[in-house]
Order: sequence, then C-alpha cells, then structure tokens
Amino acid sequence: MEKVKKKIGSFSFWNWVTASIIFRLILIYFPKNLNLSSRPEVSTPLTSFRRLAEGYWLKQSFMSPYAGSMYHGSPLLLSLLGPLTINRIEGQPNHLLYSLVSVIADVVSAMLIRATGQNLRLAYLRSLESLDLVKQIEVSEFLFSGDIAALIYLCNPFTIVACVGLSTSPIENMAVILCLYGACSRLIPLAAFGWVIATHLSLYSAILIIPVIFLLGCGPDSPPRKLFLQRHQQKEVLNQSKLPPRFSWGPVIHFAFWAFLWSVYVLVLCGISLKQFGGLWEMFKSTYGFILTVEDLSPNIGVLWYFFAEVFEFFRNFFLIVFHVNILFMILPLAIRLRHRPCYLAFVYVAICSMLKSYPSVGDSALYLGLLGWFVNELADMQFSLFLFCGYVGVSLLSPVMHNLWIWRGTGNANFYFATAMVYACLQIVLVVEGVSAMLNHDRKLRNLITGKPQDAKS
Amino acid sequence: MVLLQRPHILLLLIGTHQFLQCWIAFGSVNEEGQKQEEFSEELLLKPLPDHKLLAHFHFQSSGPPSTSNGCHHHLFPKAISQLVQKFRIKEMELSFTKGRWNYESWGGFDPLSSSNAKPPGVELWAVFDVPQHHIDASWKNLTHTLSGLFCASINFLESTATYSTPEWSFPPASGNVRYGTLPCEAVCTENLTPWLKLLPCRDKAGIALLLDRPSLYRGFYHSQQLHLTSTGSSSEGIDSGIILEQTLTVVLQPNSEMAIEVHASEKHIQPSWSLSSIFGKQVSGRCVLAKPSSVYLLLDRGLSAANGLTSENFWSNPSFELSANPDRIFLEESSSHSKSLSILYMFQVEKYCESEPFDIGLMWKVPVAWLCQQTPLHASRFLMGSGNERAAIAISLKSTQFTEGFMSANSKDGSCELRVDVFQVVPWYVKVYFHSLRVFVDQQPRAVSDIIEKIHVSPSKDKMSPGVMEVVLKLPCRVNTAALTIEFDKGFLRIDEYLPDANQGFDIPSAIISFPNFHASMVFLEDDSLNKSPLLSKFQEKCPVMSYTEVLLVPLTTPDFSMPYNVITITCTVFALYFGSLLNVLQRRVAEEERFLKAKAAKKTGRLPLLLSKLSAKLRGRRLEPLHSPPSSSSFINSKLVLKVILVAGLAVGWQYFFS
Repeated sequence: MEKVKKKIGSFSFWNWVTASIIFRLILIYFPKNLNLSSRPEVSTPLTSFRRLAEGYWLKQSFMSPYAGSMYHGSPLLLSLLGPLTINRIEGQPNHLLYSLVSVIADVVSAMLIRATGQNLRLAYLRSLESLDLVKQIEVSEFLFSGDIAALIYLCNPFTIVACVGLSTSPIENMAVILCLYGACSRLIPLAAFGWVIATHLSLYSAILIIPVIFLLGCGPDSPPRKLFLQRHQQKEVLNQSKLPPRFSWGPVIHFAFWAFLWSVYVLVLCGISLKQFGGLWEMFKSTYGFILTVEDLSPNIGVLWYFFAEVFEFFRNFFLIVFHVNILFMILPLAIRLRHRPCYLAFVYVAICSMLKSYPSVGDSALYLGLLGWFVNELADMQFSLFLFCGYVGVSLLSPVMHNLWIWRGTGNANFYFATAMVYACLQIVLVVEGVSAMLNHDRKLRNLITGKPQDAKS
Repeated sequence: MVLLQRPHILLLLIGTHQFLQCWIAFGSVNEEGQKQEEFSEELLLKPLPDHKLLAHFHFQSSGPPSTSNGCHHHLFPKAISQLVQKFRIKEMELSFTKGRWNYESWGGFDPLSSSNAKPPGVELWAVFDVPQHHIDASWKNLTHTLSGLFCASINFLESTATYSTPEWSFPPASGNVRYGTLPCEAVCTENLTPWLKLLPCRDKAGIALLLDRPSLYRGFYHSQQLHLTSTGSSSEGIDSGIILEQTLTVVLQPNSEMAIEVHASEKHIQPSWSLSSIFGKQVSGRCVLAKPSSVYLLLDRGLSAANGLTSENFWSNPSFELSANPDRIFLEESSSHSKSLSILYMFQVEKYCESEPFDIGLMWKVPVAWLCQQTPLHASRFLMGSGNERAAIAISLKSTQFTEGFMSANSKDGSCELRVDVFQVVPWYVKVYFHSLRVFVDQQPRAVSDIIEKIHVSPSKDKMSPGVMEVVLKLPCRVNTAALTIEFDKGFLRIDEYLPDANQGFDIPSAIISFPNFHASMVFLEDDSLNKSPLLSKFQEKCPVMSYTEVLLVPLTTPDFSMPYNVITITCTVFALYFGSLLNVLQRRVAEEERFLKAKAAKKTGRLPLLLSKLSAKLRGRRLEPLHSPPSSSSFINSKLVLKVILVAGLAVGWQYFFS
C-alpha cells in the first residue's frame, strides 16, 4: 500500500519538477525578463545582477570592482558569473546563460532539499520506533517531507521570481542547502565547503555553524534525549543501541579542520583575483562592511532602509548595533532549546536572518519557506497557518502596488510601501514564533505520549 | 550668501601675516626698472542674429612679481594677490552665470563664446602649485576664502562629494587641477559688488560706469568671471607676476523704439541701439588708472558677409550707420574656413570727457539676417525614462552647418575623423552604470569600442566622491547625429541630506563637450598696436572650442519628512515584539517544569527537593523567611540600585573617554 502511494507520489513529484522548470524557462523567454531584475523585492544591492555586471565591467577595465559603491558581492562570483553577463547567444534573450545557471542552481537545491528531507524523515521514523510510538502516531499517514519541501522550494513564486529576476540569491541559497545536506549526510568536507561559501557570499550564514555542529555531533533531528532515557527507565532496560548517540567531538573537529582549509582556499582565491587592486581588506570593507553599516538606503522588503533614512545621524551607530545584536541575542536561547533538532534550528536561524538582515530579498524568504517543508509532520498543528498564508499572499500582492504608487506614479508616499514591509516583518515574526512554539509543543506531545499522560494542555 | 566665519578669520590671518611681511619688504622696494602694475578696461559690443546685443566687459589688472616690490600694490587688488600667494594658485577661474548661452543663435566657435559661455550657477576650477597631498587642503581653504570674498556659497564645494579631479579632458590638463560646480547657485548683484570692488575705479568711472544693475540683470544671459594666472609662485622660470582678468558678459535685448521710428513697416529689421539706450548711462571719460580704455564693436564673419562688406569697402557701410566715428578699424586675417572676415571698429574712450560723453549707437537701415559660427557639433543633454527609480542620461550631438563646410573642405582624404571629448561629472546620488554606456551614430547602435577611443572613469562613492566620466569619441566626419546614453539608478538619501526644497529635485552639472582639433581664434591685421590691448591679444590666442550642455534636474524620491519619530517607534515596537514573544515561547518550559517538580515534590515529600528549594530561595533573596525589617531591605535594594547606576555611569564615562 505504501509502495503504491510512494510510486504515485514520486511520479507526480517529477511532474511538478518538470512543470516548474518549464515555467521558469517560459518566463526567461519573456521580453526583458518582465523587468523582474530591477524589482526591489528581487534585487538588493548585494544580489543585483546589474551591479554584478557593473563590477565585471570595472574589473575588465582594470579597475577594482569595488571602486565606487556599486558592487558588493564576492570576487569569486565576478570571476565565475561575470563572463555570463556579457556573453550572448545570437537570437536569444540577453543573459540567457545566466538565467540557465540560476535554474540549474534551483533544481540542484531542490534535489538536495529532497535528499535531506528523506534523511530527516528516516531519522524521525527511527526515533519514533525506538520510542515505541509508531502505533500511537499514525506513521502511515506521514507525508514525504523531502518531496514536499523540494516542491515548495521549486514552485514557490518567491523562488521563481528570484531565479528569473537574475539575482544571485539562488546561488547563495544553494550554498546554504549544500552545507545542511553535507552535515545531514555526514559528508564533512561538503558541509564545510557549503558553510564557507555561504558565509563568504552573505555574512549572516556564519551562524549556521551552530546547527551544523549539532548535526555533526549528535546526528539529525530527533526528540529530546531525555525522552529516550525516560522511556528506557520505564521499560527498565537500557538498550544502548536504541539510544541516540551522545555528542561526539570527532566530526566537529574534522569539520573545523575542513572549514579552516576551505576558508583559506577561498581567501587565497579572492586575494589572487584582487591582487592588483585593493586586496582583501577592501573586499571585506565593501562586502561585510557594507552589510553591517547599512549604507544603501534604497527600498527593499525589509524595514531597516526606511529606519536608517529617517533616524537621526547621532543615533545611527547605536541602532546599527542594536539591530545586529538582536540577531546574536537569539542565537543562544534557541540553540539551548532546540539543540536536539539542529535542522529545525537551522531553519529558525535562516528565517530570523532573512527577517533582520540589512538587505533582505524574496530569495531569502524562498529559502526558509522551502526548509519549512521538512517539518510538515512535526508542525502539523501549527497555529495561524492560514492567516500566515493569506498574509504572505496579501503582502506579495500589495507591496508591488505600493511601490508603484510611490516610485512610479508619485501619488503614494514612502509610508505606504514601508507599511507593507512592516506587515511582512510581522508575518515573519509570527511564523518564527509560532513555528518554534509548535515544535516545542510537538516535543511535549511526544513526552506526554511516553509518560502516558492525556494530551491535555499545550502549555 | 553663506558667510561663514572661517573665511573671515582666514583672511584676517593672511592679512596680518602679509602685513608684517610688507613692513619688512617695504624698505627695499626699488621702483625703477621694474614692471609697472597695469590696468586696462575694454568693452566689446557685438550684435547677435536674434535681435540681441552682446556686451563683453574685460578688465585686466596685472601685478608684478611679489619679489620685486613686496606686497605693496598700487592697482592690483590685495585680496587676490594674497590669495594667490597663500594657496599657491597657478591658474584659477571662477564664474557666476545666470541664464544659458544659446549656442545655436549666439555662436560657439569664436573665442568670445568658447571662453565666456559658462554653465549656469557657479563654476570654479583651480590649478595648484603644491604637492599632490596638499591639493585637497588648499582647495578647501580656497573655497572658503572665495565664498567670503564673493558672498556666495562656494564653500559647499569643500566636501569631497562635490568636486572632482579631471584627468585629461579638462583643458588645463594636469593632475593638480580641481573642478567643481554649483549648478543651483543663484547669482545676483550681491556677487557683483565684491567683484567690482577689485577694480581700481570700481564702478565710479570709466567703462564700469555702464554697469547699471537693473539693465544688467534684465538680460538673457549674464556671466561674471574671474580668471587668475600666476607664475609668481613658481620656484624657477620667468616671474611675470599675477594677471587678473575680470570679464562680464551680458546678452541684452535692445529696446526697439528707434527701429520703429525709422522702419515701422519692417518687422525683421534688427533693433537699433546705443549705449545709453541699453545701459541707461553713458561713458564720461576713462578711468584715469586704465592704460588702454577702449570700446570695440565687432561685426562677425556672418554679419559682414551679409552686409556685403569685404576688405575693400568696409569704410562705407550701406546697411547701418554708426553714431560715432571709429578711431580705427581692424580686419581679420583671412582664414581657410571662410572667405568673409570679421570687422572690428575701435573707439578710444580717452578722447571723451564729462562734457562730451561717449555714446556709441548703431542704426540699422535695412534688414539683415546672418548666422553666427557654430561649434562643429551642437551638443544637448536630456534625461530619459520615467519614475523615480532609474533613468538614463543622453548626450546628443547634432551636426551644424559648420560640419558640412568642414566636411567639404576635408573631403579629399576619405577617412576623416572628428574628435570629441566629453567630460561629465555626476553627483554620487546619481548611481551611474558605466557598463550600460551605449553609442548611437546616425541613430544606429554602434559598438562602444569602435567609437570611443579612450575612456576614463572614476565611479562615485556614496557620500564620498562624485562619478567622473571622460570619454574621447572618434566620429566620422559625415556624422549627422551621435548620441551617448548611460543608465543610472536614483539614490535614496537620508532625510537630513535633502535640500530644503527636496521635491524640486537635484541638479546634475553640465557636461563639457570640447573639440580639441579645432581652435577658435581671431587674428587681426596690424599687429603692432594690438599688443597693447589685452582683449584683442586674448582673441588671438588659440583656445579650444568647447561648449557646455544644459543642467539636468533630476527629481529624487523623498521619504516622509514628518515621520522620524513614528518610524523609530513603530520599528522598535516590531523588534520588541519579535524579541519578547520569541523569548516567551522559549522560556515557557521553565514554568511548566517547576509546576511538574512541585507536583512531584508534593507527592513524594522528599527532603532533598525541599532543602534545595529552600536553598535556592535563600540565594534569591530570602523571601521564604519572614521579613524582619522592610526599610533595611529596601535600603539594601537601594544600595544595589546605586551600585548598578554607578556601574552603568562608569561604563558610559569609559565609553565616552575611549571614543573621544
């Protein structure tokens, strides 16, 4: 029975994948890419394709790509993707090659998400089995979270827009997913490579090191270790093989070694490509420095641009510190509370970063919405899911309208657009808070099942 | 307009310093055998094709080298000589302009227009004779000093985001030049008065008497310039001192009453004019300090050709009548470009006095139509695109009648090329994508590398430096139209970076289009007497043909200026919401666990947990024990509070100390 279901599921899965790829290709062939590449939702100063092309042009004319305040990305992207900004095939739309690269990156990310999701599902089932909860939670109705997550990632309008809009976020997302995939499947060099590249491309991915360490140390997501101990206490037999492994430092040290190796490698490559210009210091100043001191105040879907456009000059540094520390403050409590679920911890970190980062784009939202798909089974009774869905749809429809009213027609006001950005931030906050609370409730439910208490209160 | 205290203090400092030097040097002044300080005043009048009249005042003072007679000056303005000595200026030009020079009808190829047509607002460039790393500091001080001298907001050029360093396209090409413009500067009589103060006779005598403010500012174009050339500060070479040229160019519309009297039926006749009808004043003698003091009337090539004047019959002019007899008439040396020659009538002011004031008038008898000599290509610049997100600048070059003549003249060799230099400065909030540079020749897109011979770009840095683009174009001579387009994103500024009238928009300074293959010069015959006249000898110099494009007004999006507090509070609320609710969700377990533990303890009534809870309660603040003395505990809390406050204050002091 399950096999048949799986067959049907996988069949329709590949159908959906092809459909989404074909849809992307159709959009690419639209004239001028539907002007998506200049939308503020898609291209931020960090991910904009035009800025990449400008950086490449500057480099080709023997100037530092960071001369001027145009390009703020990695020098490696310039070397890899830069040539694609000018190479053209006759009779084809401009930037076709670059769009194809983004499509491939998307598909690869989706496949990695699928593989990781299957991995997570197996681990979850195994842990349920060892807890003897298979009967109580109807496992047969378990969804294939890997397939679902991959499909969410591929068919999400945000992902499609980021891919067709020629932003570099598909590649950044792929690096993050590569890191998580490597850590889940215990391919330590791959995980280290993904982490180093993701950190190199966007500073915020650096905090993913915590979930990766947990992943490598104790394996993928499982209910808290205490539950297993309680269960075995009840059964009065301590079966070590059924217990989740204790934290082991071996793979972590291995990971640190590889991460060091990869980062040296990446830095050397950057140094070589920037040798005749300002060198690495200039690179750090105009990539990480640009992220940390929110210099560009052009509108995006975040809230910081308007805040720093309006705030008084002498408060600027204070608020810069406050907003960045806001991310750092939450790292530790979340890590303590969700240490048994490192993949979920990674999802929460990614979501928080995409909410609080200085130049957010829909590509970042696409990433965490895709990762959310991994936990469909655990988060089945999340609150406000319909409200969140409607909110996301509403904001993504309203935000372009407000932008148009303000920038193009001049009939609106900056506050109109800022209001949608505010609503969007609130939605993300609700998603993160409710997600975390739902996951904690799920753990509580499992514990209640083990201790035999009735499933009464959630609190 | 913006008068800061700094320039004054600076001037004062310079003044006292120089004064002391003067005292020391005064004893050794040797008045014989040295170059004398000279002053000349000249006025050139030129009828323009579109019924207007151009008046060009030219005052030149030359100061001998400072080594010869110290700091003492008879005629030369002391403020200027101190400026030159203090900042070691090699060459400097400052212009205040109102209105736009009409290149199509007022011409652009003669020396008069190529050196006196200036972009609207203030333009300042200076070449310094100091080491590279001192130039920026000198420039800053210079802008402040000039802003004090001329009552203008030139001190806004101080910030690095407003001035640029042209590499090679700007005419006085060298690394020491700095160039800045203020396109939106309003020019008015308050800038003219300090300018006049530099003249030895001010506007009390001589030709400057004609500078009647209402009639000057009624004109279509008004450009007041100050040009400094100095070799005095150079360590080696010939010391020729400082030469200060002050010019004022105005384009006026003469009242056409006189024309109506004579030829009421003729509509196309040029308006007749006289000095008194234009300026409302007459020249009652020269400024006694001025060596040559003369008035010229220039009929350019087109006009003399239209009048049928040739080198033979220029004494008898059939189409117009002059109210005074010219003292001399100069003819231009025949050039290769055209057969017709310009004619210059000279009047010496010295012959006239109070009782018999000088007033030249020109009365047209028959309608005349002619065209001025134009630049090889007529340049204009405009913005493309709509909305406040992005746009494009387009510089379009159109061939004029001159190009056709040039082309026919050079048609022998097939591969004839026209070199055009473009110099464009954009402020940093206009974020130019240099890779989007496109070239169109005769409305056909062309490969950039085919047309652009050389390009130099320095991209703009946010709030740091403007973007500079210098391009050398090689166009085929048969070109009809050529266009350069470049895309840009409009920047978003912080609220305090907007000007008071933010919705008016921001100005992009004029681009300079120069034609280095062409030189505008007018060489007149009878050279011996010309050497005396600085104006005419300046005409004979080869100056490159250049033209300025229009100033562009870019509207930028504005945030809501009334919102700072709302935005700050709302954003902080949202962040607090995030932080609080997430923390609440995360720490909810503690309460639950405690309840669970309590229930367990109640069931078991074990001793250890009770002890533990007691211990923890003790550690927390002895709440389990009965409160003996509430005041003491409150004072304890107070002392704790005081300690905390002291700690925070100490941290703050340390922070302040560390960062200051």
